[in-house]
Amino acid sequence: MFYLGGFIVGGRLSADSSALCSGSKWHVRLVGRSGGPNVTSRIGSDYPYRSVGLQEMKMLYARQGSESDEKSAMLLKAQADFLESSTSYYAPEWSFPPASGNLRYGTLPREAVCTENITPWLKLLPCQDKAGISTLLDRPSIYRGFYLSQRLHLTLTGSGYEGMDLSIILEKTLTVVLQPNSQRASLVRDSEKHIQPSWSLSSIFGNQVGGKCVLAETSNVYLLLDRDRIFIEESSLLSKNSSVLYKFEVEKYSESEPFDLGLTWKILVVWLCQQAPLHASRFLMGSGNERGAIAISLKSTQTTEGFMGAHSNDERCELRVDVFQVVPWYVKVYFHSLQVFVDQQPKAVSDIIEKIHVSPSKDKVSPGVMELVLKLPCSVSSTALTIEFDKGFLHIDEYPPDANQVFDIPSTIVSFPNFHASMVFLENHSLNKSPLLSKFQEKSHVMSYTEVLLVPLTTPDFSMPYNVITITCTVFALYFGSLLNALRTRVTEEESFLKDKGSIIFIIFIHHPTISEEFWFERKLKGDHNQPPQTKFVMVCCQENWSATSAAVKVVGKDNR
Amino acid sequence: MEKLKKKIRSFSFWNWVIASIIFRLILIYFPNNLNLSSRPEVSTPLTSFRRLSEGYWLKQLSMSPYAGSMYHGSPLLLSLLGPLTVKRIEGQPNHLLYSLVSVIADVVSAMLIRATGQNLQVAYFGTLKSFDLVKQIEGSEVHSPGDVAALIYLCNPFTIVACMGLSTSPIENMAVILCLYGACSRLIPLAAFGWVIATHMSLYPAILIIPVIFLLGRGPDAPPRKLFLQMHQEKGVLNQSKLPPCFSWGPIIHFAFWALLWSVYVLVLCGISLKQFGGLWEMFKSTYGFILTVEDLSPNIGVLWYFFAEVFEFFWNFFLIVFHANILFMILPLAIRLHHRPCYLAYVAVCSMLKSYPSVGDSALYSGLLGWFVNELSDMQFSLFLFCGYVGVSPLSPVMHNLWIWRGTGNANFYFATTMVYACLQIVLVVEGVSAMLNHDRKLRSLITGKPRDAKS
Repeated sequence: MFYLGGFIVGGRLSADSSALCSGSKWHVRLVGRSGGPNVTSRIGSDYPYRSVGLQEMKMLYARQGSESDEKSAMLLKAQADFLESSTSYYAPEWSFPPASGNLRYGTLPREAVCTENITPWLKLLPCQDKAGISTLLDRPSIYRGFYLSQRLHLTLTGSGYEGMDLSIILEKTLTVVLQPNSQRASLVRDSEKHIQPSWSLSSIFGNQVGGKCVLAETSNVYLLLDRDRIFIEESSLLSKNSSVLYKFEVEKYSESEPFDLGLTWKILVVWLCQQAPLHASRFLMGSGNERGAIAISLKSTQTTEGFMGAHSNDERCELRVDVFQVVPWYVKVYFHSLQVFVDQQPKAVSDIIEKIHVSPSKDKVSPGVMELVLKLPCSVSSTALTIEFDKGFLHIDEYPPDANQVFDIPSTIVSFPNFHASMVFLENHSLNKSPLLSKFQEKSHVMSYTEVLLVPLTTPDFSMPYNVITITCTVFALYFGSLLNALRTRVTEEESFLKDKGSIIFIIFIHHPTISEEFWFERKLKGDHNQPPQTKFVMVCCQENWSATSAAVKVVGKDNR
Repeated sequence: MEKLKKKIRSFSFWNWVIASIIFRLILIYFPNNLNLSSRPEVSTPLTSFRRLSEGYWLKQLSMSPYAGSMYHGSPLLLSLLGPLTVKRIEGQPNHLLYSLVSVIADVVSAMLIRATGQNLQVAYFGTLKSFDLVKQIEGSEVHSPGDVAALIYLCNPFTIVACMGLSTSPIENMAVILCLYGACSRLIPLAAFGWVIATHMSLYPAILIIPVIFLLGRGPDAPPRKLFLQMHQEKGVLNQSKLPPCFSWGPIIHFAFWALLWSVYVLVLCGISLKQFGGLWEMFKSTYGFILTVEDLSPNIGVLWYFFAEVFEFFWNFFLIVFHANILFMILPLAIRLHHRPCYLAYVAVCSMLKSYPSVGDSALYSGLLGWFVNELSDMQFSLFLFCGYVGVSPLSPVMHNLWIWRGTGNANFYFATTMVYACLQIVLVVEGVSAMLNHDRKLRSLITGKPRDAKS
């Protein structure tokens, strides 16, 4: 990883139409390591608990009747269309404090990497990508990056009655991991991977910021230089473990004097992003299209020692890990088959798992959610959780247009409540007024996102609806017809049909107009000297019009009559 | 000489029973029960052992066992068999206790089949005596239907596979057989209990009410009543004591009362165990609703899974109604024509080709019941064809499944073809069986009415 950059858009869309886009602010935010391209939409609600889904949000917007509705409708339309049905969103209980219980969380694990994904995202901004910081979002540069994640966070505040305006705060986050053009040319190998390059906004994005967007209240760029690996010529008030935050105000710049930010290293610096105490990864086990198992593996990283937090003094320190896993309904997980291995030894589930909350999936209605709280010893080197599942079989309409495209299981979120990723600012109170920075100062846990899993499902033969219906209904008609016929026949009819004893062979040739097959039935009838001849024959009663045109009955007697 | 023959026959019967029990016990000790519980032919969403474990686990976690579309069985089974799913004995194979329960269920079913068969045999000989036809029969080979049926049930590979596959079908079969045994032996509370439990576990045994009504009203299988009248007309002697009894309504009312009692009891028990999880409505939606709406489209040996995977959603309700009504509609003409043979009617009712989620446990049941009618169905056409068909489809079906799911070289049509063949075999079996039974009745009639003719000619 060479460079972390992110954009966050905060906006306040309120019920009062005159306050249209009054609160747009631009901020830069650094986001920790995440699992893979995904679009997440989080809806927080400060309401007394009621179920809020995206449908309701849309209805909420529809009632307002202001221009902000168009934009918000576009927002929901563009990025959350797939999240509308109840199969895509879920309500986690513990994993996202402080909004637990009132949170609806949805993910789209598969998004085609297409430049058009960012356009609707940008359309919500007042200046779109014509002015302000968003001019940096040059599509080819972004999509050449290593990692891309888009996020929507909607928060409802205010109660909507007693004169308080019902307002919705929208935050959009775009997280990109990029590499400067110069270094891309000379790709270095492993040992030199962590050397920090010298970069500038123009070398990464190919653009410069030409002044702020006219409608924005504030437009700032922040640069965070991390921790103790950097030599800083600052006052000694700063302790060794602190970082430095620089703030640049874009409004001081203009088209003639564009804003470009860069960093040139005088000495080679090796830097790694801070890692979570346990490195989380996930993979599938098993083969075939019938069943499998999901395994989550947590391996300790070298930075565990630096993160002891409040528990370092205890002899028996415990590392608390929260696991939040969602599986779509067609991956039918057997929760009772959950197994835990600590340091490659199987352990009883009740030893390691302190709390478990399971919301099993309902076929075609809701996904399966599992939240676990694990308590691991601090000295653990590896942990693995395995859980078995059966693959479901879908109706032909439920497959995507490319049916053999595999299905995705969204990322597991592994969070470490003992470790905080929030920022603490030592001085400078003016900075605290910025909502972005106050959001950074909020308590938030270190969260780790695992990979998205690909699950191939068996497909039925899509060309077969008519054939299957026809064949199955034929079989049922055969059953129905021949059984009724066998029940119906009477001896007197048969006796009058036959002339004398002897073996009689019936060959019935049936030509069915819609099913062009020929059924040949050969019947040999037993005759006995002591008993009158008995005949039995079974006719397949296909449809009404067999008898007239195409039945041929041939009677061959014993003496060739 | 006769006694010796009988002794030999009964000795070899018990031999076979013990051999099959030992065989099952040996199979239990194979690792993982030979992975039979993962085969789609053995375990369906209704009978699967893993789903039972999942339902029990959810219940232990104070959640509704029906919470996740996993478990679709009865809550009583959860309470009875649930603890067995988690109990492990050191050094013994997993699920030993559950397998033993299945083995015991099989043995009990076999014994009940034997007892019912003996009942039928007694009734058969009684009717023959009343027709003075005993001499005709003595010459030909007459098998004891009870022994034959019990041995077919125990030694059938389908039964063994269903038992080892840890499915709940041995227990469902036991309930059905209990119902028929009770009805044949006039143990009405037992019959009502069996019927209520069988219907509660899977919906389809509900149509056994019609054969049971005939069994209780008239008695076990006998030739049609008008034959008796005909015979006495010919002979010119009307001996009232030899006539079979008329249809009696007393036992039926008795049965209705007991059935009501047992069903209230079962529903109250289920209601108590599901009180905080949505109650009885949730149970009906998850069990009967699941069966009737064919929600799960996983492959099995029926034909409905692929049908409903391919049919457009617009027609789902129509086809569901058609298929389920077919079962109901067929019982009516069968009952009209075969009302004098209620055990055979029960057998046909149990043949389940239109079930939503059939498994080999169902075919084990009706193959076993087929053994009751060895004497009447000895002239059945296509018996060799059917036998070879079953023998052929049994290994072919897992092979096609493997090709489709595990290797990816086949597609769903391969497996669907084998299920279609299986359905056709069942159809031929039922139709030919019905024809053979009606023929047997005709033969009897001709024997009775033809004897005077013979005497004349």
